[in-house]
Amino acid sequence: MSYPLIFERSRPGRRGLRLVKETPEATRYIPEKFLRKDPPRLPEVDELTLVRHYTGLSRRQVGVDTTFYPLGSCTMKYNPKLHEEAARLFADLHPYQDPSTAQGALELMWELGEYLKALTGMDAITLEPAAGAHGELTGILIIRAYHQDRGEGKTRRLVLVPDSAHGSNPATASMAGYEVKEVPSGPDGEVDLEALKRELGPHVAAIMLTNPNTLGLFERRILEISRLAKEAGVQLYYDGANLNAVMGWARPGDMGFDVVHLNLHKTFTVPHGGGGPGSGPVGVKAHLAPYLPVPTVERGEEGFYLNFDLPKSIGRVRSFHGNFLALVRAWAYIRTLGLPGLKKAAALSVLNARYLKELLKTKGYRVPYDGPCMHEFVAQPPQGFRALDLAKGLLELGFHPPTVYFPLIVKEALMVEPTETESKETLEAFAEALGELLQKPKEWLEHAPYSTPVRRLDELRANKHPRLTYFDEG
Amino acid sequence: MDYTPHTEEEIRAMLERVGARSLEDLYRHLPEEVRNPPIALPEPMPEWAVLDELRRLAQKNRPAFKAFLAGGVRSHHTPPVVQALAGRGEFLTAYTPYQPEVSQGVLQATFEYQTMIAELTGLEVANASMYDGATALAEGVLLALRETGRMEVWVSQGVHPEYRQVLLTYLEAVGASLRTLPLEGGRTPVVEVPEGVGAVVAQNPNFLGALEDLAPLAEAAHRAGALLVAVADPLSLGVLKPPGAYGADIAVGDGQTLGLPMGFGGPHFGYLATKKAFVRQMPGRLVSETVDAEGKRGFILTLQAREQYIRRAKAKSNITTNAQLTALMGAMYLAALGPEGLKEVALSGVAMAHRLWELLLEIPGVESFTPEPFFNEFVLRLPKEPQTVREALAARGFHAATPVPKEYGENLALFAATELHREEDLLALQAAMREVLA
Repeated sequence: MSYPLIFERSRPGRRGLRLVKETPEATRYIPEKFLRKDPPRLPEVDELTLVRHYTGLSRRQVGVDTTFYPLGSCTMKYNPKLHEEAARLFADLHPYQDPSTAQGALELMWELGEYLKALTGMDAITLEPAAGAHGELTGILIIRAYHQDRGEGKTRRLVLVPDSAHGSNPATASMAGYEVKEVPSGPDGEVDLEALKRELGPHVAAIMLTNPNTLGLFERRILEISRLAKEAGVQLYYDGANLNAVMGWARPGDMGFDVVHLNLHKTFTVPHGGGGPGSGPVGVKAHLAPYLPVPTVERGEEGFYLNFDLPKSIGRVRSFHGNFLALVRAWAYIRTLGLPGLKKAAALSVLNARYLKELLKTKGYRVPYDGPCMHEFVAQPPQGFRALDLAKGLLELGFHPPTVYFPLIVKEALMVEPTETESKETLEAFAEALGELLQKPKEWLEHAPYSTPVRRLDELRANKHPRLTYFDEG
Repeated sequence: MDYTPHTEEEIRAMLERVGARSLEDLYRHLPEEVRNPPIALPEPMPEWAVLDELRRLAQKNRPAFKAFLAGGVRSHHTPPVVQALAGRGEFLTAYTPYQPEVSQGVLQATFEYQTMIAELTGLEVANASMYDGATALAEGVLLALRETGRMEVWVSQGVHPEYRQVLLTYLEAVGASLRTLPLEGGRTPVVEVPEGVGAVVAQNPNFLGALEDLAPLAEAAHRAGALLVAVADPLSLGVLKPPGAYGADIAVGDGQTLGLPMGFGGPHFGYLATKKAFVRQMPGRLVSETVDAEGKRGFILTLQAREQYIRRAKAKSNITTNAQLTALMGAMYLAALGPEGLKEVALSGVAMAHRLWELLLEIPGVESFTPEPFFNEFVLRLPKEPQTVREALAARGFHAATPVPKEYGENLALFAATELHREEDLLALQAAMREVLA
């Protein structure tokens, strides 16, 4: 039987929360022509039904709290419960309340900015972007404004990304009005310097890199890359999705990057929330600081304040001050761990990945770019196995699968990021499971999973005849 | 405290297995110039000390519970049942539902959310969420430009100024132009829209709180082949005519008013709804109903060819992480209240705001600015600088008088009232305002 929709639990006239004693007559205040004729068909349920409905739904969902979740490039580490309590302390603040009554919030933002600048080696920061891709857009627009300011806006029209880049990188460059060109990776999985040199020139605005890259490999020639970029007047952009690997050990600023975005929901434990909300602060070197979005948080003689006075700013990228409650969680994480804790966390994320990689190699999996991996690695099943079937098989064995079919340069890719908060025995059990799957009959794999809340879903049907709402009659 | 489970012995065994001598050794292939930089961070702290420090910071704030502040965020009741359900670890610690077999919780809840937003807005489809109202607007306008193939946008000055700033940032990025239509008498004028304009944007209730009849503007837009993008507070749609009913092609807004904590501005969520015909140009995630291998109903991400991880440079948007959990809170709130409960909360705010308006207008020197009819927010012209008034009120324990940008006029402040206010709260604010303005 299918799990009921909240609309199917609805009964006309049934009531849940009542927040108001007496309801005034609408027409006393609002002329008839502005009023809706029919009420919205929202569910009508009592509170217990509501609780059972969503509790039931939650049991049809896995998260880090229930299951090993080694989703590559997503850093699905444990989200400390402390942070939820921390966020509640700041829930009742209005973005437009007098700044003198929000000094604690502004101080926390300023401090977090300082910590993130220290960790990335950047000179200035904005906490406004709401997610990683939003940070990317902010960063690329800052670079664009910089080139325009120098009179090179019309000539520098191209953004270079490696062929292993996250899809959001080229999508961001397009949204910022740039042409995008992919640069092939070399045989070792790192940026091909010769290929990069051929592309660099006065027509290039920026290079977007992830380091470690999506194969989990540190770009060892990064100083050479940043030197070449600098010589060509090209800005170097750091996609911070993989910062967890090097947090505290190496800084994008020291590697020569001009802009970096961070994913507080990856590296700094803000819960992923089933897809969001996240937070994507952007740090920049001094020469780009004038272009940061407004407002920035500053410390003045009379306390902390929001600075709107940035004449060269790219403008606003989000309303208010960003996803503030996410910032509270990141602050709590950094203060709990301090530098030694952050370095240990990073190193153990690397150790876990390397250990799991070694285990998988003994189970029959290949690692096509088998350099010294950082926090994640990309494995390939033996000939004849599909990554999709292995992912579905893992579901049956009680694991969330790795990212599959990414990066695009590896066929049947399994991109595994165990994170530092997983134990040795979990990694071993996962490797056992992946090994076991190779012994299963093909028939079994092709139809897995079996005991999940639903079996494989008809994706084609959803694409051809999407039904996007309950009341959609098709 | 670092939340890692490894014992010293396990670390030694694992290092040996991977051929490293120490944790530091795992980084030996990084260029020496960048390895182990000096970084100044505060010392680690135990859990209780972190909380202590946070409480110390929190005490430097004065919570704005029951605030009269307005401008896109208001003080509303957050039902504990919503907090409790949204706080369940399965929802909290999952990510994008790429594996639908074990993600039916988030997927079905999102399908239900999409349905509720479509119902509220009177449009056919809604996506799974955007970051906030402002970016939802920017993305809604970009959608309109893709649909019409045009690069000009007209926006009413009645749209929240911060939303317009974000819109400008996004439009400048793609080289589209933005023209602002100044308000006339506090409302958007009905104008002739020339060919070439792809999107006309207005907000109802507008930034000043005034109700706007946007049907004539929608007609004007459509005559020119443009689309109307409406910004609407979702709470107001429990009472007001939905955007789809007055001709809006795209509706966007911010979900904070659906009982979400204000959180100093976020995270909330943005919603984006439109017509089915435009679905293939929509940004962001969409969940569809389908069936599984046994014919059982299930839910799945669909039309993913629009998205960045498939289409890369040709994606409709770069959005990946959205505001799933906060959108889920909005849906839970709507389900907890139902159509009657939502209407009650909305109307209670309307009644209280009108009463507050009367009371504040009794104060000498205070003048009405927002034209009637208005909804649950209104602007007054004050005899003093609004920043000064807000500060003086704060000193007396009141959060009120959101300063209105000078583009609308001098000494203007926004006020709101909600279901949290009682007559005595309004009288207390009136008395404080009298003192402050005396």
